[in-house]
Amino acid sequence: MGDEPLVLGIETSCDETGIGIVRGSTLLADVVASSVEEHARFGGVVPEVASRAHLEAMVPTLAEACRRAGVRPGDLDAVAVTAGPGLAGALLVGIAAAKALALGLGVPLHGVNHLAAHVAVDVLEHGPLAEPTMALLVSGGHSSLLLVPDVTADVRPLGSTIDDAAGEAFDKVARVLGLPFPGGPHIDRVAGAGDRAFVTFPRGLSAPKDLARHRFDFSFSGLKTAVARWVEAKEAQGEPVPVADVAASFQEAVVDVLTRKAVAACREHGVDDLQIGGGVAANSRLRALAADRCAAVGIRLRVPRPGLCTDNGAMVAALGAAMVARGRPASALDLPADSSLPVDVVAR
Amino acid sequence: MRILGLDTATASVAAAVLDVGSDRVLGAASFVGPAAHGEQLAPLVARALADAGCRPADLGAIGVGRGPGPYTGLRVGLVHAEVLGWVLQIPVHGVVTHDALAAQAAADGLAGAFLVVTDARRREVHWARYADGGDRVAGPDVAAPAQVPHRDLPAVGAGAAAHPDAFADPRPPLHPDPAWVARLAARSIRAGSAPDVTPLYLRHPDAVAATTRKRVTPP
Repeated sequence: MGDEPLVLGIETSCDETGIGIVRGSTLLADVVASSVEEHARFGGVVPEVASRAHLEAMVPTLAEACRRAGVRPGDLDAVAVTAGPGLAGALLVGIAAAKALALGLGVPLHGVNHLAAHVAVDVLEHGPLAEPTMALLVSGGHSSLLLVPDVTADVRPLGSTIDDAAGEAFDKVARVLGLPFPGGPHIDRVAGAGDRAFVTFPRGLSAPKDLARHRFDFSFSGLKTAVARWVEAKEAQGEPVPVADVAASFQEAVVDVLTRKAVAACREHGVDDLQIGGGVAANSRLRALAADRCAAVGIRLRVPRPGLCTDNGAMVAALGAAMVARGRPASALDLPADSSLPVDVVAR
Repeated sequence: MRILGLDTATASVAAAVLDVGSDRVLGAASFVGPAAHGEQLAPLVARALADAGCRPADLGAIGVGRGPGPYTGLRVGLVHAEVLGWVLQIPVHGVVTHDALAAQAAADGLAGAFLVVTDARRREVHWARYADGGDRVAGPDVAAPAQVPHRDLPAVGAGAAAHPDAFADPRPPLHPDPAWVARLAARSIRAGSAPDVTPLYLRHPDAVAATTRKRVTPP
């Protein structure tokens, strides 16, 4: 194990300052400093607030990660960092930090794709990825289906959201229901006591005419509006809103489409392994329904534990270590932040 | 002792290695251009070190401009300096970017009181006022060019040159010299000052707290 690369990963694409340290595919430390509480009163992530928080958190988070991993900076073999996609100003803080580490230590820098890192993280929990793997990535910023023959070099987008990300829909519906930001965990919690079939909310891009053009794409904007209309109609009639039932029905509409399309993608591409990642993968109903539907057709399902699904540095370190192990070229010191880095560009 | 000086608070991205004992600049590199601080800085630092014939481990301290300046670029320099200092286990001293411009102007022979003015975006400037010899007596602050007090004084920095209608007597230098950032850091170390790398944003983030939710159906 000692000859596997010791890699530190930095993630700052949104509101979490994540530092992870891995040796090969063994997780040594994963420290996340979140500014989510500073954003809560704004009802969403404020980019400038997030960027300021990344700067303040960077050195303390690096130091804590090294302490927990029991390594010194000088022991590192490489540094990996999220190069995109994400908030440009936030990405830049992590990238500048990673370059300073690489320059100061004289080790290679690997700028990697945030979405590929969400896929690669599962090596830390469930061992080597199947090749190919189908990946469903769902978070506040992304909803994508990816065919992944090789996470260090070959990631193929099959579909993504054409409007809101799934996590964004959770945030917006939570607001409609008077639940706090971020909405995902709160909707999951109250939906546990609700009736999933109470309202049949629309399943975006699931009609035959939509499937022709958007086979593996998602749309959650119409669903969000449908929930708001339903709630406002109840309020206009002076009736109480059954929050748990609406939350459960909304959540069911989201996870129904996500899992249906993910399983269809696996079958159509002859892929036997599905991995779910991103913050929405922490949703208990998504996990349960995906497990049922995968089991029914013999697909192996992998979902990392919730702490590795949300944004973190370990996922970036894991992808960096895989890059080093496969001899992928390092990035130059003029590596840019790319807020809309295409998903098929795994490394910069 | 060798000090790495760097500054990213203006349109100029710059790094220099100063030998404090001899006051010699051993290596320096800079780039002036918009919105490329994140790409430019690390290669410039590497080049300044290479020109100085210096490895990172040879550095004894780092000086970094802490603004005021446009936020995104400013943070690139600060986080780079802080992380490099942490890796090398050396102190990182923040320097008010305008003080570095003032010290350079005074050393170049600018006598009497003067202003330092840099771009703050959104049609505003960052300014500070200095007494003869380069001691700061007001600022740094942010204002519309026409609202800066004592605009009749000589004014150094690219912010003055960009607003000739507001500043009658623009003077060089236009951009902060990272060697002066390093010199001011050396002074701060000699004076036994506590390192301060707090960014000078001077403005709060533009964000309004959520109040009521937006309706999708007419009320």
